[in-house]
This record gives sequence, C-alpha cells and structure tokens, in this order.
Amino acid sequence: MKTWIIVCAYILLAPIVGGLLSGIDRKLTARMQGRFGPPVLQPFYDVFKLFEKESMAVNRVQNFYIIFFLISIIFTGALFFSGGDLLLIIFALTLANIFLILGAYSANSPYSSIGALRELMQMMAYEPMVFLVAIGFYIVSGSFAVSDIVKSETIMLPSLPGIFIGFLYILTIKLRKSPFDLSMSHHAHQEIVKGITTEFSGSTLALIEIAHWYENLFLLGFVFLFFVFLSPLGIGIGIAACLLTYFLEILIDNSFARAKWQVVLSSSWVVAGTLGFANVLILQWLKP
Amino acid sequence: MPFFSKSPWIIHYDGSSCNGCDIEVLACLTPVYDLERFGVINTGNPKHADIFLITGAINEQNKEVVWQIYNQMPHPKVVVAIGICATSGGIFVDCYNILGGVNKVLPVDIYVPGCAARPEAIIDGVVQSLAVLKEKRIAMVQRTKKLRVKGAVKNVRKSKNG
Amino acid sequence: MSVVLFLLFFPLLVGGLVYVIRNATVRGIITRIAALFIAAASILFAVMTLNNGLVFHIESEWLSWFVLSLDAGMALIIIVLGLKHKKYLAPVLTLLQVPLLAWFELTHGEKMTVGNDIFVDRLSVILVLIIGIVGGLITIYTVSYMKDYHYHHQETKDRTSFFLAILFIFLSAMFGIVISNNLTWMYFFWEVTTLCSFLLIGYTRTKEAIDNSFTALVMNLIGSIGFVLAILYIGMNFNTVEMTSLLKLGINGTSVVVPAALLAFAGIAKAAQLPFSNWLLGAMVAPTPSSALLHSSTMVKAGVFIIIRLAPVLSGQISGLMVALVGGITFLIASLAAISQMDAKKLLAWSTIANLGLIVACGGIGTYEAVWAGMLLIIFHAVSKSLLFLSVGTIEHNLGSRSIEDMHGLIMKLPEMAVFLTIGIAGMFLAPFGMLISKWAALRAFIDSNNIVVLMALVFGSAATLFYWTKWLGKIVAVLGRSERLKNDIKRDEWFALGALAILTIGLCFIFPVISNQIIEPYFENIYGQSLPSILSAGNTHLMLLMLGMVLLMPIVMYIFIQLKDDKIVTSYMGGVNRGDNRSFVDSFGKSKEMYLSNWYMDKVLSEKTLSAVGIVITAAILSVVLLMALGGVL
Repeated sequence: MKTWIIVCAYILLAPIVGGLLSGIDRKLTARMQGRFGPPVLQPFYDVFKLFEKESMAVNRVQNFYIIFFLISIIFTGALFFSGGDLLLIIFALTLANIFLILGAYSANSPYSSIGALRELMQMMAYEPMVFLVAIGFYIVSGSFAVSDIVKSETIMLPSLPGIFIGFLYILTIKLRKSPFDLSMSHHAHQEIVKGITTEFSGSTLALIEIAHWYENLFLLGFVFLFFVFLSPLGIGIGIAACLLTYFLEILIDNSFARAKWQVVLSSSWVVAGTLGFANVLILQWLKP
Repeated sequence: MPFFSKSPWIIHYDGSSCNGCDIEVLACLTPVYDLERFGVINTGNPKHADIFLITGAINEQNKEVVWQIYNQMPHPKVVVAIGICATSGGIFVDCYNILGGVNKVLPVDIYVPGCAARPEAIIDGVVQSLAVLKEKRIAMVQRTKKLRVKGAVKNVRKSKNG
Repeated sequence: MSVVLFLLFFPLLVGGLVYVIRNATVRGIITRIAALFIAAASILFAVMTLNNGLVFHIESEWLSWFVLSLDAGMALIIIVLGLKHKKYLAPVLTLLQVPLLAWFELTHGEKMTVGNDIFVDRLSVILVLIIGIVGGLITIYTVSYMKDYHYHHQETKDRTSFFLAILFIFLSAMFGIVISNNLTWMYFFWEVTTLCSFLLIGYTRTKEAIDNSFTALVMNLIGSIGFVLAILYIGMNFNTVEMTSLLKLGINGTSVVVPAALLAFAGIAKAAQLPFSNWLLGAMVAPTPSSALLHSSTMVKAGVFIIIRLAPVLSGQISGLMVALVGGITFLIASLAAISQMDAKKLLAWSTIANLGLIVACGGIGTYEAVWAGMLLIIFHAVSKSLLFLSVGTIEHNLGSRSIEDMHGLIMKLPEMAVFLTIGIAGMFLAPFGMLISKWAALRAFIDSNNIVVLMALVFGSAATLFYWTKWLGKIVAVLGRSERLKNDIKRDEWFALGALAILTIGLCFIFPVISNQIIEPYFENIYGQSLPSILSAGNTHLMLLMLGMVLLMPIVMYIFIQLKDDKIVTSYMGGVNRGDNRSFVDSFGKSKEMYLSNWYMDKVLSEKTLSAVGIVITAAILSVVLLMALGGVL
C-alpha cells in the first residue's frame, strides 16, 4: 500500500518538483551570469505555452515515439520509487532513451539525426558507470532492490566514494549540462539547432521537457541512495545531498564550455574504468 | 491563455543586414538588458519559436529562406522587422538585388525602425508583439472551434498541406 | 532410441537424395518436407527425453575402428583439397591428429571402458531443439534463397544440390555432437561440422572464398588438436573416453584441469573466440543461410555447448579463469569492433562473436547463475540471430546491397523486412527481450563469483552493443521523404522461415520463465544434486512481461495514433534551404544538392584492425600461459 502511495505521489508530484528544480536552475544560472533571470515558474509557463501551440511534424510517426518515451520514463521512475531492481531500472531507462532517439531518427532531418547519434554516443559514455553504481550498491547492501538499499543501517558513501564521484561525472551528461550537453542542451544554450529535439515542436516538445523533469527526479534519487540510512536524519541528509549535487551541477554547467565528443566518451569511460573499477575491486577484496 | 506573453521564444534571422542590428539583438540577451527575465529565449530553431525577428532587407537570395523558416514555425506566430532595412529596405532599397522590407514576403506584425535599432526599442518591439501573439492565439482557438463544429478539421488541414 | 537414429541418419539420407536429384522443384519439395520432419522429430525427441534423459551404449568391437576410419577419410579429403589449392597448413594439422588417434586406439583402445556412448540430458535437449527447429526453418528458407542467389550471382556456378546436401549432413553431425558422450564420437562429429563449414564457405569458389575457407579450416583444426590431446589425456589417465565420467571425476575432486582446459580450447576455437575470431568474419562470404545456420545459430554453438557442458569442472579452476577471461575480452573487443561495421553481415558476425564470448565467459565462471544465463543466451541468440541473418539475406536480394547505409528508410521501402529486422534487433539488446534477461543474470553471476575483470568487460561491452544496434535501428525507422515502396520479392519459404523465427523470438520471451523452470533449473538439480533458488524473482519476471506487453502494444497504438492525430506536416529544418522534398537542399550556388545522412562508425577511433590485433595478443597470451602451465605442471 505504502509503495503505491509513493508511486502515485511520484507520478503526480514529479513534474511539479522537477519543473521547480528546473526553474531554480534557470534563476541560479542567470545569477551566476550576473543577470536577473526569469521567474522560478518559467519552465511551467514554457510548457503550458508549448501545449497551446499548433501541432506540427515532419512525418506522422515521429511524435508517437515521444509519447512512448514519456511513458517509459514514467515507468522507470515508478519502478525506482516503488523500490524496484536497480538493473531493471537501468534497462527501462535505456529503453526509454531509445524511443527518444528513434523519434529523432524517424524525422530524418540532418540536425535531429546528428542529435540522435550524439545522444547515442552519450548513452554509450554513461552506461558503464550507471551499471557500476548498481553493482556498487549490490556489493555493499547485498541487493539490487532500491527498497533494500534504503533500509541500510549506515550511510553508504564511505564505501562507495569512487563510484559516487564517477556517478557525479556522468550525471552531468544525464542532466544535459555543459560541458556534456552535446545532444540536447538547456534553455538558452544553443547547440546545432537543439540537436535531438530539432524536429519536435509544440506539445511534443513539451512532453520531452516533462519527461526530462521526471527523469531528473529519479536521477537525483540515485544520489539520495548514496546518503540515505534508516532514520529521519538519513532521509534529511539524503535530500540535502541531492540539492547540493544539483547546485554543483549548475555550477559546473556555468563554468565549462561544451566539450568535444571524444572528450565526453573517453573521459567517461576512463572515470568508470578507474574510479568505478577500483572502488568495486576494493569492495570485493574487503568483502568477508 | 496568458502563457504566450510569459514565454515568447525567438528565432533571429539576418537578412542582408550590415550586422548593426544583429549585434543589438544579441545585446538584448546580455546581462545589461537580460531579455530572459521576460521568459524570452533565443532558440535558433523555427519549430520551437513564436517570434520571428528579422534584421536587414530581403534580397533575391534569401526571400525563399525567410519564407520557409516562417512556414516551419507553428501557429500562432508573429514577425518582427528590426531596423530600417527590415522595415523598408533602408538605404539599400535601390540596389539591384534588394526586394525591399520584410513585408515584401511575409506579413509583418511589428516594425522596429532605427539604424541600428536600439536594444530598448527591440525589447519594446518584442513586448508589443506579445499582444499580437495573444490575439492570434485567440483567433486560432476560435477558428479550430468553428472548424470542429463543422467536423471539417481534417479536410481543411489536408488541403492546406496538400 | 529410434528417434536418435532418425535424427542422425535421416538428414544424411535426405542429404544424399537432394545431392542426386537435379530437378529443382522436386529437390525443393523434398527439402521442405524433410526439414519439417527433422523439426518434428527434434520436438518428439525433446518430449520423450526431457524428464528422464537418455543413456545408451552400443556394444561393438568394430565401431570405434569404423569411426576412426571415417576420421581418416575426412583427413584424406582435407589433404586432397589442401594439395589441390596449394594450402599446406591444413593437411599438416590434420596429419597431426588422425595418426595420434589411431595410435591411441591401438595402444589404449583395449583398456577403455565406455559405459554410455550416448548421453542426453536437458542441455542436449535444448540444443537438439535449436538445431531441429531453427535448422529446419533455415533449410526451408534456403530453397528459395539459393534460387534468388544464383539469379543475382550469375557468375557463380549453381551447386544448390551440393549446398543443400551439406546442410543436411551438417544437421546430422550437429545432432551427433550434442548427444554423444563418447569423446571419440564427439570428435568425429566435430570434425564433420568443421568440414561442412569449410565446404560451404568455399561455395562460390572465388579466391577470397577459398582463402577464407582454408582460414576457417586451419583455425578449427588447431582447436581440434586440443580435442585430440584431451582425449589422449583422459584415456591415458582415467581409462575412459566418456564426457560424463570426466565430469563426475571433476566434481568428485580429481583434478581434471588439463583435459578441461584442452577441451575448452577446442570449444574456444569452434566458437570463434578472439585469437581465432578471424575465421568467422571470413565465413561471411558464404551464402547467407550457411551464415545463419553454421556461423551463428548452431555450429559455433557446439563450441559453447562443450564449454557449458564442462562448466561444473571449469568453475573455480585456472582453466575456468582462462575461459572466462577469453570470453569476456572477446565480448568487449568484438562489441567495440562491431561499431565500425557498415556491412550488415560483418556486423552480425562481430555481434555473434561477442555474444558467444559472453556465453563462453558464463561457462568459464561455471556457477549456477552463470550457466543459467549462458543457457538462456544460447537459446535466445540462436533464434534472434538467425532471424537477423535471414532478414539481411532477403534484404540484400531486394535492395541489391547489404550495407547498413543502404537500409536508410527501410521502413518505407520494404516495411515487412523492416519489421522482421526490428524484431531481431530488439531481441538482441532491448529491455524486455530475451538476450537482456540473460545479460542481467550474467551480470549478477559475475559479481557473485568475484570476476571483476569479466564484469567490467560485460559492462563496457554492453554499452557498445547498445550503440551499434540502436544506430542500425535508427537507420531502419528513418522516414525518408517521398520514398517509394519497393516491390518486394519475398518468397513463400522466406515468409515462412522469417515469420516463424520472429514469432519464436517474441514467444520465447513470454515463455522463458517456463523454460527456466522446466528445463534449465532441473538441469542443475541433476548436476549439483540439490534444488536451487530461482534466478529472477517472480516480481521482476512480471515486470519484464509487463514491459514486453507495453512494447508489443506499440505498433497497434502507433497505428491508431496515426489515424487519429492530425499534425500539420511541414518540411524538415535544413537552415531554410530545404527544397521541399526533405531529401535535397539548395547549396550556395543556388543548385540543388542531395542530402546524405550517414551513420556514425567511429572507424578512426575504433578501427577493426587495431582492436582485433590487441584482442588477439591478449587472448593468445592468456591461452598460451594457462595451457603451458597446465601441461607443464603435468609433464
């Protein structure tokens, strides 16, 4: 019963929280750049406006993929918040992203195709590290299930420092922050006509944005897992850590110029192959 | 209905401008003027944009480009001509390759004269265009309602696309 | 027993028949009926032996000599062909083996006690089903395919009856491998499949084909040397040539590291693992059905079959570590190399090598979880990969090319083929489909058994897998403006085979919990003598099925969506210079220019040559170090 309440709460509240986080992001970004910035509710205005626009497409199927993208992302998030298996969550997330990529491919425009390929390259870049996160939790807690991981007696970060840093590294890709926002960037960062979203407009673009809010929330949920332990204090620390991480990502976003794809791919793999690998290796050694 | 005035997204196109107005358009986005506080984003993609900012006059080369970009913008949309060249052709009007202002090819909603147009004037133009945008949205809703009553949405759309 | 005899001899009989009959129609009818009979017989066999298994002993003095003389006969064929084409390595390798076996038979043959020549358990049943059903479908497909093939390749001499005959002989040999318990018999069938593969690769008789066929032969013969040495070792030390006795000895604590390593070495060569992977890539010159049957779904599975069979004695041993490392490294390198492939068959070949690598790694690790994953991988891979190969074959005949670049917008040009291809690709790597379930289990098994290096290979390799499949999928689903639907030329046989494989690919995902419960888990109970916990919890299985349902609903929802939704259709964005057809734009001279969207192959970064060179060095080093250590410790 409790699980269902959490899942329903996630489905209903995630867009609100995600939108607010995005609004805070834009405000903070503006302040970091010495601007006044848009209102915090700006992302909601944008999305509502997009729903009021005419629906438009290059072909009849492309928008359909986006609907499936959104459904799969919500499904993934629901799995996460219902305490599901981390590996299954990663697979579902991959499936969701593939729908987005196929949508962009389907439009068959030069810009969206390049966006799709870059998105795919980014997926290849972050995928090993995401798996290592799940593996790290599994070794420490003995289970892949989120519901078991949150019941940890102690904070898990000390056992997983390398994996946590590695996860922060690829989180920049997943949150679509500079320097790793090659396939689709945020608000005013123009990038080859906004890559993967080039051919999507109106309500479909709004759906992509909403899916992104849902996604951001359970990505921060991963951060939460590193800090949480079984007490109200643990939950508090977890949430604080999520917010701090989000702030750090905004700072990174504003401090770096966009990187080349070679840098994205090789550095992510190097981080996963060194920090992640070393962490897992040490954990295995220490394991009784 | 109020959301259009809160989130106008722009696409900026340089016709045959001398770059004076372009620089002023970009200046609007800098910290000094910060157009984003009104929710304005320079998208660079017609499919995401609501407002089409054009600087410079229309010539033989770009008339089709401008027309295509305009057609790729979803309704409701407005066209803002920035600077005297975009308004009427300016000092280039007699050149052999110049057709004249933007209104030779597109229905312009707001004219922002000046050489170059000042950022304040451009911001004013954008803000004024929001009212037009709102009107167009209302008109669009009414039109679809009417069509829906007749049950003819499909046919009309088809003839429009076809 | 009669079914066993039917499976072994009926294909041989049909093979002889189709070789003699020159009338294409009659030959076609016989082939189709025979293929259906073989598939039916394999199902019957499975039903009969699933629960109780089957062991059988043939008391006969002359039988081992008969098998040996057949071995010698094959060696003779290889020597003659080798001399004819001036390739001397293969004859030399085969001359190393047969005399050794003959010497062994002469000196130690008397002392051998063989309890069971034939041993069938659930693992054999799974492979018999794959060989019978998938093999049968591919054979049916071949009938139409070869007709088209010779229509498109006028320069090649039509030897269809030869091709079909070899396919049938091959099926018989494959059945032989998976049900033999006597290692000398298994070796004989093993060599028959090598020879079949060699003959089929050289089918077109071009220089490239002949070169590649000899490469394949040499690599497989190198593997066979391991097999012969293993037989000798087992025979001389344990006075038996039985697989089951070897396993029993190993499980009861006798050290069987050396024979296990040698047999695994043979398996690694057969499964085209890295130091040997070149032969499988070269094998792609053969007509597609042979690639589908021999080089992806069955013959190479003989290699992983023997490793999975040996898993209980490999587990935790240095030989197991060797196998796991070779498999893991092969998976990583082959997955990366597949990214740079533009030729669809080459990509499939690399992907096959990669997936076999994963199965080999599972076998090498040899724990219950790992072997569970490996067995599921064998099943799912056989079905999906043969579907993909056959689709590519048909597409090649319709498009005139098998380059992935030419499949751009396939969904508009050949929608039926695009659907088959999509099902196959989804089956290979997407979330709710079979391969992924097994990868999931493999991942857990690798962690639980502390094989971190293999685990890393799996994690990085999966990321690469995702990349190359998705970009191919994207190519297929791209909607190319104003493209005409091509007239498709899919024959009834091809429809039947493709359709059946597609249904199998999807259907297996629904019934995999049943397969796991009924076939795979009892297999372990027999081996370890205790019941073991399920790998996937019921909850996760349900979620997978839910996702599967969701994905399968997609085409239906898509159809409704297209009918209802009424978007305004505009041209795609090309900086305002789209010429209105979404295929060309106006260049800076005002001229029309065709747009060409290429996929991303990263061939400068991930060059196939460098990658395979690195892989060969590493895996060859691992193999030689471990084999030398094993042999040196004994000698």
